[in-house]
Formats: sequence, structure tokens, C-alpha cells
Amino acid sequence: MTPATSLPAPATIDELIALVRGTPRLIAVGAGTKPRLSQVADAYARVAMTRLSGITEYEPSEFTITALAGTPLREIVAALAERGQYLPFDPLLVKAGATLGGTVAAGLSGPGRLRYGALRDFIIGVRLVDGEARLLRLGGKVVKNAAGFDLPKFLVGSAGRFGVMAELSFKVFPRPAATRTLRLEAPDAAAKAEILMAASAARWELDALDAAVGEGAVFARLAGPETALEPLARDILQRWRGAVMTPGDASYLWQSVTELSWAHTGGALVKVALTPAAVPAFVAFVQTRGARGWVSAAGNLGLLSLPPAAAVETLEWPALTLRGAGPLWAGPAPRFEIMRAVKTALDAAGRFPGLDD
Amino acid sequence: MPTLATNPVVERLRRLLPTGRVLEGDAQVAAYECDALTAFRATPLAVVVPETQDEVIAIVRFCRDERLPFVARGSGTSLSGAAAPVPGGIVIAMNRVSRIIRIDSQQRVAVVEAGIVNAAISMAVAAHGLHFAPDPSSALICTLGGNIALNAGGAHCLKYGMTSNHVLGLKAVLATGEVVTFGGPSREQVGPDWTGLFVGNEGLFGIALEATVQLLPKPECFHTVLAGYRNVEQAGEAVAAIVASGLLPGAIEIMEKLALDAAVAAVHAEYPAGCEAVLIVELEGTREAVAADRARLDAVLAASQPVEVRPARDAVDRAAIWKGRKSAFSAVGRLSPDFIVQDGVVPRRRLGEALRKIGEWSREMGVRCANVFHAGDGNLHPLILYNGAVPGDLQRAEALAGRILKLCVEMGGSITGEHGVGVEKREFLPVMFNPDEMDCLRRVRAAFDPLGIANQGKMFPPAPADASAPAHSGSAPAQA
Ligand SMILES: Cc1cc2nc3c(=O)[nH]c(=O)nc-3n(C[C@H](O)[C@H](O)[C@H](O)COP(=O)(O)OP(=O)(O)OC[C@H]3O[C@@H](n4cnc5c(N)ncnc54)[C@H](O)[C@@H]3O)c2cc1C
Ligand SMILES: Cc1cc2nc3c(=O)[nH]c(=O)nc-3n(C[C@H](O)[C@H](O)[C@H](O)COP(=O)(O)OP(=O)(O)OC[C@H]3O[C@@H](n4cnc5c(N)ncnc54)[C@H](O)[C@@H]3O)c2cc1C
Repeated sequence: MTPATSLPAPATIDELIALVRGTPRLIAVGAGTKPRLSQVADAYARVAMTRLSGITEYEPSEFTITALAGTPLREIVAALAERGQYLPFDPLLVKAGATLGGTVAAGLSGPGRLRYGALRDFIIGVRLVDGEARLLRLGGKVVKNAAGFDLPKFLVGSAGRFGVMAELSFKVFPRPAATRTLRLEAPDAAAKAEILMAASAARWELDALDAAVGEGAVFARLAGPETALEPLARDILQRWRGAVMTPGDASYLWQSVTELSWAHTGGALVKVALTPAAVPAFVAFVQTRGARGWVSAAGNLGLLSLPPAAAVETLEWPALTLRGAGPLWAGPAPRFEIMRAVKTALDAAGRFPGLDD
Repeated sequence: MPTLATNPVVERLRRLLPTGRVLEGDAQVAAYECDALTAFRATPLAVVVPETQDEVIAIVRFCRDERLPFVARGSGTSLSGAAAPVPGGIVIAMNRVSRIIRIDSQQRVAVVEAGIVNAAISMAVAAHGLHFAPDPSSALICTLGGNIALNAGGAHCLKYGMTSNHVLGLKAVLATGEVVTFGGPSREQVGPDWTGLFVGNEGLFGIALEATVQLLPKPECFHTVLAGYRNVEQAGEAVAAIVASGLLPGAIEIMEKLALDAAVAAVHAEYPAGCEAVLIVELEGTREAVAADRARLDAVLAASQPVEVRPARDAVDRAAIWKGRKSAFSAVGRLSPDFIVQDGVVPRRRLGEALRKIGEWSREMGVRCANVFHAGDGNLHPLILYNGAVPGDLQRAEALAGRILKLCVEMGGSITGEHGVGVEKREFLPVMFNPDEMDCLRRVRAAFDPLGIANQGKMFPPAPADASAPAHSGSAPAQA
């Protein structure tokens, strides 16, 4: 594969437009990683987005931020933290170097998406270079907007198949003052599912609620004003056996979750759209295959990791392969006429790979 | 019974449905000539009243085969003319397609048909301690299908987002006749967000038949405060201070004098004397978190030079505060025979400036204007009063509305925060989007509806010779 450094790497939006115009077949790539999403036929030239980087507009008083697509999440997270704000969907792979564009294209949200919603619920605008190399400003920069179709949302999870995102705008929130993580004992998959469902419907307004597949535990994170957290934690521990984790252990845990460091190096990684009731089936699936897994967002997101060389098999849940070989859509992928028609509307000449490529 | 000289198309349409569910003739269709934006009216060829999803699918396929324009209609509460009929087309009234298919309280989702009334969802799940978060002020009458088509908002969008955030999956019949299912019961999705694209389409893609919606636990505790200010700038500064303090209230609303007067007259709301503006802030969450945040909010409000601060002592107080706010639109009806509700958005920091300009223009043009708005979102709702019986009055009102919309765009905002473009703001969509962007939106529309039969004439400005748009009841469209 071409090393990232030798790829054309536009540094301005104008350069990007010119590059797209002059390249009949192409796909954008983010932080120099080679995930499954951009493993397409050689006919498609790769464009590195990493130089198209930087925060272009940040208004803390508006709860909005706009940045170029190649901006490392790390930079955005740091700028927000400085003003006491954050992206509540808790993006993955921040330390690993993931870019904003790649994160949107992959549709990846982290454990914090439990409380206020996923990436799709926070994206408000995008500047997209379409199949005709036109720069389109879709959506806007205000937190509320119902004018025109919601194409920014549509691009979440679109894997670069409809165009190159040049710049993105997001809604942000004030960061909760404090957090506490509880490790709750859940000896088997049924116990995990029970805790995930009951705890997410309870009064505590949990910030994150994840379950380890290989460990008899559910992890519940509280976030809010410091004085509220002790009594809430006590209340939860009256319902289930467990303990409040030390700040060090908690931070290690969440970091390994958001950086996916529990996953195999060099293996395949699959994102699964799960439901809480399907958690036992997912756990069984992972365990019978000697794989590793993680359950996030109260059982709505499953992550499946396979050792190197193991092939991703077809899953019964909607799923997307992020790393490694195997089908891009590892689960049932609905196919309707409209999907082809919209792809044609945005990219009539097929400049970008098709949804199944 | 005397039968009307039935149109042959309507005759064929009748064969698709049991007797009595195709309405025809002026008297029968009169109620469907407009939505809550009464300035736009058109007479449909017929109104059909399906009761099942299969009937809706059959009707849409019939429309496709006949190239017959159709408009889906929920409860007709749209304020942008989105549900106004197309002359010569049919109205498909969705209210009876309203079954609750499944409530899964454990996984906190419900599968419901699109004609269900918004508030009926929360009522059906209340016993499980759950609710459906989107709460437009019209929640007691509007339908989920209308909410989906317009991506409706409400007072609690600041924290919970719009309808789209709560719709996980959809089943719809597209204008092509294709029946699709997007998304599903998981809160996670893979692949392009088709559900997200469908929500907010203003009925231009087809008809939503059923949706999987997420349910949230009912907040355990609320703390609702009403604060009166001498002028709207001070109220605006209080909003900025709340935001800067790091609090995330469920709602931050402002009502101005004229809207307060209306609420007093209509629902006997009580407001502190000597106030030109009232701020409503609501914290919600666990009792522990609200107790902690409440102290901070109290301090911020105390420092904001209020005339008076009135925290709700109990649920009755809270309901009274919200009743005044939620009745503002209908209450204004008592002050004026007609009004237009605008729905532009400005960056929050420019709210004061926008309100000042609106006030100046309103005085200068001799058009009364009552401001109510979702201050936390920068979403304005100026209620522009006019009397349809006075020649020229509607045109003056529309001219003011137009100036406000352009102002919103100039300030970096949007022409609509939650009511949609509809027929009302379609001339202004190109103010927000350049020709390439308009072309992109049109192509997406054409992908879903190549014949252009679904809610024709809405959202997009008509081509010069397009006669399909609903007629304006005034003498000439206002050129703002
Ligand atoms: C160090 C590290 C470890 C990881 N491990 C691996 C691994 O071993 N192997 C592996 O293959 N992946 C791995 N991943 C996962 C993958 O990188 C994640 O999906 C990541 O969130 C994507 O972000 P990115 O910026 O790296 O984008 P990329 O991974 O480069 O791109 C992801 C998708 O986004 C699209 N895209 C990117 N930018 C744009 C844009 N501006 N407009 C439109 N589309 C765009 C691409 O076309 C592609 O479809 C890892 C990530 C990192 C950085
Ligand atoms: C007093 C009052 C207060 C209001 N407050 C708010 C508020 O706080 N926030 C807010 O956002 N709005 C508000 N509105 C506006 C309105 O209630 C909402 O826009 C609501 O979503 C419309 O729902 P409806 O069922 O009445 O739809 P209708 O008015 O019947 O239709 C609206 C649009 O939806 C389409 N449609 C309807 N059903 C379907 C379907 N099944 N499939 C596809 N398209 C469909 C129609 O074609 C039309 O384009 C208010 C209105 C009033 C009168």
C-alpha cells in the first residue's frame, strides 16, 4: 500500500477542490491509518486529508465549533476542554490520531453517546466537495436549523462514498464538572443485559454504561456536579453489588475503551449496531469464536475484535468492518433502489467508490 | 344521497378504499384547504382517509401511476404551509394510521404508526416511567408523521435535540412507490444515516408509515424559574450568563411584552409588574444534580438584575409557567385576527441585536410583533400580527417577516429552526443556499421523487411558470 506520506495532501480547500476536479476516481483518507473503509479498488486514488487541518471557528458561547476535516480530534478535544466544553458523543481513537472527517465518515461514537446522543445528533454542518468537484455548504453553523434536507446527518457513516468532507461544524456542550465510575458485578451475559437495561431506564441519568465481554462486569459512569455523585453512586450500589473505581482505574478503563486498546493488534475490528436484549447473543458469539468484544452505550453498540488472519464472518446484526479484511458491511445490509438513486444524485460520474465497493 | 359529478381519477381512487373514505367537493374538503398558516389556501381534488399502511402504499402507487400530486397531512398544525394542498392534487390524511405496534419498555423503544398524536406516545409509556422527548407546543394535537416531516422542535431542544435525535428507524413509502425501512431498534447505526436524511424532508420524499422512536426515562426532578426583566436586553444577558456558567438547562425561553399580555388575557397567566420581558429557565435531572445546579442558577439569576425571580414551588406552579409559554401562539389570536409566526435562528450572542432590529422595523412599518423564543437555541418566534380583512395588511406583515429572515441569514443563522420551509419561506431558501447547493438539494429530491408529485411546490421556490403552488390569499405575493 502507498505510504501516507506520498499521497497528494491538499492544504487548503481550494487545493482540495482542484485535486478532486483533476482526479476521476478517488477516496479521502484520514490520519494515515488504513482502515477497511478506505480499502477500495486501486483505480481509486487516495487523498490524504491530514494537512487540511485546523479549527476554523470556535464560539464557546454558541456551543458550536467548526474545523477542517483533517483536524486531529485530539486538537478539538483539547481546545474544547480549555473552555470547559466537550463533544458529548465521546469520540473514539482520539489519542491514536483519528481525524474529524474520518470519525464522521466511519460514524463512530464512544461510550458517552449514551446520555445525549451519538455523533449524528451533534453534527450541524458540513462543507462537502461533491462528485462534480463543487464545494457545497450543507446544514449551517447554528445549533438549530431545519432548512433544506439534513445532508450533514446523512454523511455520518457514509465512508467517503458521496464526496470529500472539507470542513465540519458541531454542536458542543458544557463538560460535566466531575465523574465517578462504578464497577458492577455481572457474572454472566444475562446479568449484564439485565443491568444495562435497568440502569439506563433508572433515575440516575448515567453518562456511560458499558459491559466487558471477557469479564464479569458492567461499568457505569456518572457525570455532573461533584456533590451529586456520591449519593447517586451509593444509590446504585444498593441495587447491585460493586464498587466505585479509583480515579486512576476509571481513567485507565475509559481510555482503553475509547482507544480500543483491548482489541487485537493487527486484527479485524467490527462495529455492531446492537440492541440491549441481544447482548447475551453477542457475548456468546464473541466467546465461541475466541474473539474479544466490548458492549457500549447500554447494549446499543458492540465492538468485535478478531485476531490477525481471522476472517470477519457475516453477522446477524447490522455491522461495519473498521479494520482488517472481510466484507465492509459484515451484517445484513438493506438494499433499496433509493440508495442507488441518491448515490447518483450526489456523485453521478462515480468519482467516489460505491457503497458496496 | 346526491352524488357529485365525480372526476374519473377520483372514481378510480375510490376503488382502492372502502366507501366513505374519499372526500370530495367543497364542503367536504374545506377543512383541508390550509394548515395553521391560513394565508395560503388551495382546494384539493379530493381528500383520502386511509386506515392502514397498505392503503397508504396503494394510494401512493396510484398517484405515481396517475402522476397525481399528493400531500400527506397529519393534524395540519404546520405553521409554514407545508401541509397546504396542491391544486388538483389529493390530500392523504394520516390521522387514522395511528396504531401503537409495540412498546418495549426494557429496551426503551416504541414502534408506532405515523399518524399517532405526539403526546399519545408519552401517555402510552408513562406507566413505565418513560417519555418521548420531542415536545412541540402543539404536542397534544400534532402527529409524529408531521414531526418527522418537519423535524419538529420544542422548548427542550437545547438539551435533547430535535425530533431527528429520537427517531431510530423508519418505514416509509417513497414517491416512487418503493417501500423502505431505514435504521432500526438500535441507537447505533451503520452506513449512511438514511433515517436522518428522511427526517425533515417536509413530505417531499414520500410518506412515513411507522417509526421506531427512542424513549427516555422521565426526569426525576425539575426546577423551573420565571424571572422578570425591565427589558429584553437584560433577559438576553441573563441567558448569556447562564450559558457561560457551564449549566445545561433543559430549556431557556424568553417572552416579550406583547406575548405576555396575550398570555395574561388568554390563560390568566401572571407575570411580575413592570417587566418587558420574562425568562423561563428549567433545570431537570436527578434530585441530587438539580439541587447542586439550582444553587448556581440562583446565583447567576440574582446577579442579572431581575425585577423579580419566581421559582416554581411545585408541579402546579411549573405547569402554570409552561401554560403561559405554550399558549403564546394561540393567545396572540386574541390580540389580532391573523398572525404569521416566524421561525428564524440567529447565533445566540446576536439575539439582542436581532431583537432590537425587529423592534425598530416593527415600529417603522407599523406592524405589531410579539416575540417569543427559544433563547437557548437562538430560535426566534416573532408573531407578526395582521388583519386579513384590511387590504395591504398581510403584505406589510410578510414584508417584515422577509426582512427578519434575511437578517437571520446575514447573521449566520437559518431561515427556520423547527417549522420547516414549507410554502411560506421557499423564496428564501436560495438566500441560504447558493445555486450549486440548491441544485444538490433538488437532485436529492428528484432521487426520491422523480415525478415531483410528493408535496409539490413546497420547500423549493417554483420555477417561473410553475402554477402548481398553493395560492396566496392576499392580492400579490410580498416582495420582501
Ligand atoms: C493508530 C490507530 C489504530 C487503529 N487501528 C487500525 C488498524 O490497525 N487498521 C486499520 O485499518 N484501521 C485502524 N483504525 C481505525 C480507523 O482509523 C478509525 O475508523 C478512525 O476513526 C478513522 O479516522 P481516520 O481519521 O484515521 O480516518 P481513516 O481511517 O483514514 O478513514 C476512515 C473513512 O473515512 C473516510 N474519510 C476520511 N476523511 C474523510 C473526509 N474528509 N471526507 C470524506 N471521507 C473521509 C475514508 O474514506 C474512510 O472511508 C485505527 C486508527 C488509528 C488511528
Ligand atoms: C399552537 C401551535 C404550536 C406549535 N408549536 C410548535 C413547536 O413548539 N415546535 C415545532 O417544531 N412546531 C410547532 N408547531 C408547528 C406544528 O405543530 C409542527 O410542525 C408539527 O410537527 C406538525 O405536525 P402535524 O401532524 O400537524 O403535521 P401537518 O401540519 O399535517 O403536516 C406538516 C408537514 O408534514 C407532512 N406530513 C405529515 N404527516 C406525514 C407523514 N406521515 N409522512 C410524510 N409527511 C408527512 C406534511 O405533508 C407537511 O409537509 C406549532 C403549531 C401550532 C399550531
